[in-house]
Amino acid sequence: MTLKKIDINKIRSDFPILKREVNGKPLIYLDNGATTQKPQVVIDALVNYYTDMNANIHRGVHYLSQISTDAFEVTRRKVQGFIHASHDYEIILTKGTTESINLVAQCFGEAFISEGDEIIISAMEHHSNIVPWQMMCEAKGAVLKVIPMDSRGVLDIDIYKDMLSERTKMVAVTYVSNALGTINPVEEIIRYAHDYGAAVLLDAAQAIHHITIDVSKLDVDFLVFSGHKMYAPTGIGVLYGKEKWLNAMPPYQGGGDMIKDVTFAKTTYNELPFKFEAGTPNIEAGICLAYAIDYMTDIGLEAIKAYEDELLEYATLEILKIEGVRIIGTSEAKSSVLSFVVDGVHPYDIGVILDKLGIAVRTGHHCAQPVMDQLGIPGTVRASLAMYNTKEDIDIFIKGLQRAVDMLK
Amino acid sequence: MTINEIQDELIEDFEFYTDWMEKYEYIIQLGKELPLIDESHKQDQFIIKGCQSKVWLFPNLMDGKLYFTADSDAVITKGLVSLMVKVLSGHTPQEIVEANLYFIDKIGLTEHLSPTRANGLLSMVKQMKLYAVALQNRV
Repeated sequence: MTLKKIDINKIRSDFPILKREVNGKPLIYLDNGATTQKPQVVIDALVNYYTDMNANIHRGVHYLSQISTDAFEVTRRKVQGFIHASHDYEIILTKGTTESINLVAQCFGEAFISEGDEIIISAMEHHSNIVPWQMMCEAKGAVLKVIPMDSRGVLDIDIYKDMLSERTKMVAVTYVSNALGTINPVEEIIRYAHDYGAAVLLDAAQAIHHITIDVSKLDVDFLVFSGHKMYAPTGIGVLYGKEKWLNAMPPYQGGGDMIKDVTFAKTTYNELPFKFEAGTPNIEAGICLAYAIDYMTDIGLEAIKAYEDELLEYATLEILKIEGVRIIGTSEAKSSVLSFVVDGVHPYDIGVILDKLGIAVRTGHHCAQPVMDQLGIPGTVRASLAMYNTKEDIDIFIKGLQRAVDMLK
Repeated sequence: MTINEIQDELIEDFEFYTDWMEKYEYIIQLGKELPLIDESHKQDQFIIKGCQSKVWLFPNLMDGKLYFTADSDAVITKGLVSLMVKVLSGHTPQEIVEANLYFIDKIGLTEHLSPTRANGLLSMVKQMKLYAVALQNRV
């Protein structure tokens, strides 16, 4: 199969923010791991929602409520198709990845975790895939175990296999590391966990806009991601969960929409997915997520990945020409993240100078403090790519970095 | 010189630099003039927590005046620290407590006081004033 190429000029023209200047320089946006920019179709959908259809969903008999509800539910089915879930009611719409993980940690914990049970996470997790499990373990008297990684940022799967036992109830790992770019061998991780009957949660926040994900093929139990990292607005995220788990888990929050009947004596809960969606959701962002998915699907995730991989390879080769640069995260399987340090220069200083040159990167520990502690660095500079970045962006970034290093050394 | 005279002088110095990069080069240069904290004082209790770079700040009261020594692991932060120390160090606690640091805005560094910049400048100014408040009664 020959891969269709992406039309980069067309794509760039779809993102209005890319035309703006920052500090008198054209914006070079390389902080896509934090959030991606939004294409015009998504922005139009957002404006259109308030211009033409604003109403609360799932409760009104009136026209606007019905079209809003329909549009919101389109998203649920779009997400279902996008990740190949068996049922649309296995798609819970949340605020984002963090809420999705907290929901599972709390509700799965309530239903299935007792004292002495074990939860396994990995050494490269984002804080949002560490802290909720710590809180749950503390409440339940369970034990948190961590799959170690080596200096390249690759997980030790042999040790992971040894860590698994009948006590393991949940394995929660990231698909792609936000700080290192490592793509983890998730098929293996899931297979081994299932050998012991443990459930697996995949944090796909950094994977969903780069890698085609099929939850049915992966046989993963929970998959979580955020809309805003896949060209949709902030405030909407996804929790996919297998029906058997979701049905057995108690509700997360109480409120409107999640109930069937309420009396002061007893409340019965609504069915999936509404059981987990208390209160008015972020309707406009939810509706827009469908547009973002369509936008990505029209271009083609495989084509996007091929383009981004080529760009990452180019950036990697170019950055190594700068003296003193050390790439953090050198796994062979990597996606869209170029994390690095420069000998003798603090990442923060580099970030400030690049900003003055109109170049947006992230500096610091990237909410993955344990990763930085293990590698013995205060943080890194991270350039993270999206489909609208170009080789010219990389060239300007490298030139800016060289200038910053010359100035700061 | 009074605190305000020093501020006015810095404002004048910075007017010379129109380009942002030159401004930062000057700030980095100023970092090299910072009276460095004694290594033995680089302890946790003297760290000012910014999110990304570390700042150590040590107060010393001598003859009724408060002097600061400091350091940072990032050179731009160090330059910003140096600016603050230049302005506030060597004055009475009373003067430091009452100082209105208008020069930060005038030289275009207000953005560094925003909490999102995570460089600890805001906490540093607060900490310097807190030391001054605490030492006011000892003068």
